[in-house]
Amino acid sequence: MNKRVNKIQQTKLIDGIEALKKMWEIRIFEEMIQELFSAGELYGTMHLCIGQEATAVGGAGILRQNDWIVSTHRNHGHCIAKGTDIRSMFAEMLGKKTGTNEGKGGSMHIADLDVGNLGSNGIVGAGFPIAAGAALSAQMQGTDQVVLCYAGDGATNEGSFHEALNLASIWQLPVIYLIENNQYGMSSSIKQMVNIDKLSNRAMSYGIEGITIDGNNLTEVSQTVSNAVEKARNGGGPTLIEALTYRHKGHSKSDKLLYRSDDECQQWKENNDPIFRLESELMKEGTLLEADIREIEKTIRQELADIVDSVKLDSEPTIEDLWTHVYAEDEV
Amino acid sequence: MRTITYLQAINEALDEALAQDERVFLLGEDIGIYGGGFGATHGLQEKYGQQRVRDTPISESAITGAAVGAAMTGMRPVMELQFSDFITVAMDQLVNQAAKIHYMYSGKAKVPLVMRTASGSGTGAAAQHSQSLENWMAHIPGLKVIQPTNAYDAKGLLHAAIKDNNPVMFYEHKLLYSTTGNVPEEPYTLPIGVADIKRLGKDVTIVATGIMVNKALEAAEIVKTKGISVEVIDPRTLVPLDKETILTSVEKTKRVIVATEAVKNSGFSAEITSIIAESKISMDLKAPIVRLGGAFVPMPAQKILESKATPQLDSLVEALDQVMGEIEV
Ligand SMILES: Cc1ncc(C[n+]2csc(CCOP(=O)(O)OP(=O)(O)O)c2C)c(N)n1
Repeated sequence: MNKRVNKIQQTKLIDGIEALKKMWEIRIFEEMIQELFSAGELYGTMHLCIGQEATAVGGAGILRQNDWIVSTHRNHGHCIAKGTDIRSMFAEMLGKKTGTNEGKGGSMHIADLDVGNLGSNGIVGAGFPIAAGAALSAQMQGTDQVVLCYAGDGATNEGSFHEALNLASIWQLPVIYLIENNQYGMSSSIKQMVNIDKLSNRAMSYGIEGITIDGNNLTEVSQTVSNAVEKARNGGGPTLIEALTYRHKGHSKSDKLLYRSDDECQQWKENNDPIFRLESELMKEGTLLEADIREIEKTIRQELADIVDSVKLDSEPTIEDLWTHVYAEDEV
Repeated sequence: MRTITYLQAINEALDEALAQDERVFLLGEDIGIYGGGFGATHGLQEKYGQQRVRDTPISESAITGAAVGAAMTGMRPVMELQFSDFITVAMDQLVNQAAKIHYMYSGKAKVPLVMRTASGSGTGAAAQHSQSLENWMAHIPGLKVIQPTNAYDAKGLLHAAIKDNNPVMFYEHKLLYSTTGNVPEEPYTLPIGVADIKRLGKDVTIVATGIMVNKALEAAEIVKTKGISVEVIDPRTLVPLDKETILTSVEKTKRVIVATEAVKNSGFSAEITSIIAESKISMDLKAPIVRLGGAFVPMPAQKILESKATPQLDSLVEALDQVMGEIEV
């Protein structure tokens, strides 16, 4: 296991421009979802990750295609970053047969196994043990795949978190637990729901390495995740990463945002937006000009708008589809 | 009498219970300033403080277990389980602990807790947020199971649940929260274990649970124009179940439809139809019993598929035609 050290240097991190494009894709995707919802064109529910794009792209975005992610209810960013087709995601949310889950999953359950997206989850904390299981499977099958499991800060109070971390540790599973600490679980401030400063300290009880990072700094996220990935690939076991971030929007559609101050929100939006931070970095180092960036943004907006227009023409599932996939077919 | 929503009725019952009894306290995720997942606890933390209206971490097992412990030792906790689906996360505490303790300890301890929870489909939130699992709970000796279908019942039954000395599951259907009804301003309790005849009729009995009661009442109006007189029985409490009222009605009408939103397979409708089949009345039925229930599929997200996964008004009207078709009206 001493070959680990050299491997770390070999990691190719995501290209700045590509990362910026992905982050804008995620943000614009969500802005459009929100508009569709307000216009009454979208049925169901949604949880926006606007403000948290760096953990999506710096995490799922640096994995190999055959590595796995396990996602949560706040999943759009993770799914897009892992390469899930945006058109199918729009289609899923608009209830079309062409959706990632053919309309059966909706926003909270988007899955795309072909690109290593093991699925999103409506049950808080359910992903922790599932990720451990996928990692166990990789270990037993002798592949070098790793699993990146996303979860929120609130989810770390579920029993499943503690049980899964222990399992991952005793079996030294190739899994990375990436906690997006956006400070709140619905209305509950994490400061009131746990009595420790750093959620990453919880790793200690299970003999796992725990790290707290700036989750709105793309470079820091991708570097930390990439180190953890290399460690996991080489048999070094799990890592718990706590990425500090913030969600700009409410928890979901019914949120009146009574539990946090406008001031706090404004601070994060103005001074700590992961996209703007990456943009100014790219501009400072001379990679892009302001005009290039606005062009990127404009192009993506147009592309996604065209996609939505075309998705709207897709057909819906038929009543027969209600009855399919309840049980898997026998293998032939 | 004034008209308020089902949601307000629940809020009012909680408010009154907190005022009446110092031992009552509320706990659950986001029940404080957020007002609960669906708004049922709105304003209560402001009024009663953070001790008695207590926000918890996202830890269903711990919330339930804490309610059990507090209930055994003199308090009367009312916990909110945000979506009834999350019961799976709390199952050991509810099924192996709360439901068993009084019996196993030969009556030496009691567990007077209420688990309020939002259930049912109709919001597009898919398979993990739209289930009707109340059947499951009705299968567990030691638990009481209540499913109020209008604002009046909701307030009276919630008061009764809080006063009850047993663990009580209190199922609130999400789509009922905004429905309105006449509700007295003062506190009152309705008996647990007494069915309500929601509509009197003579040709056919619909025994409906939860939101199906409302659909049954609508269907009854529709077929009235064809001269079919429908009696609608709402058990209101699945456990204990008021068999008398159901059997008396069926004895009169001799035709039965049982309707639940929960999946039909192995469901509560089987219990009700079996009770009828096992009684002498079954010999005199004028038509085979018809059972309507959820399709045997996980709830899909997509709107059309979702609506087809549970019985709707048209399925009830069809079923009424079917049971009446056997004889001349
Ligand atoms: C087992 C379970 N309990 C409660 C919920 C309701 N719920 C959905 S998201 C959420 C908050 C999650 O907070 P966190 O884990 O911090 O993630 P975030 O929403 O901040 O991304 C809650 C309480 C749920 N879906 N599943």
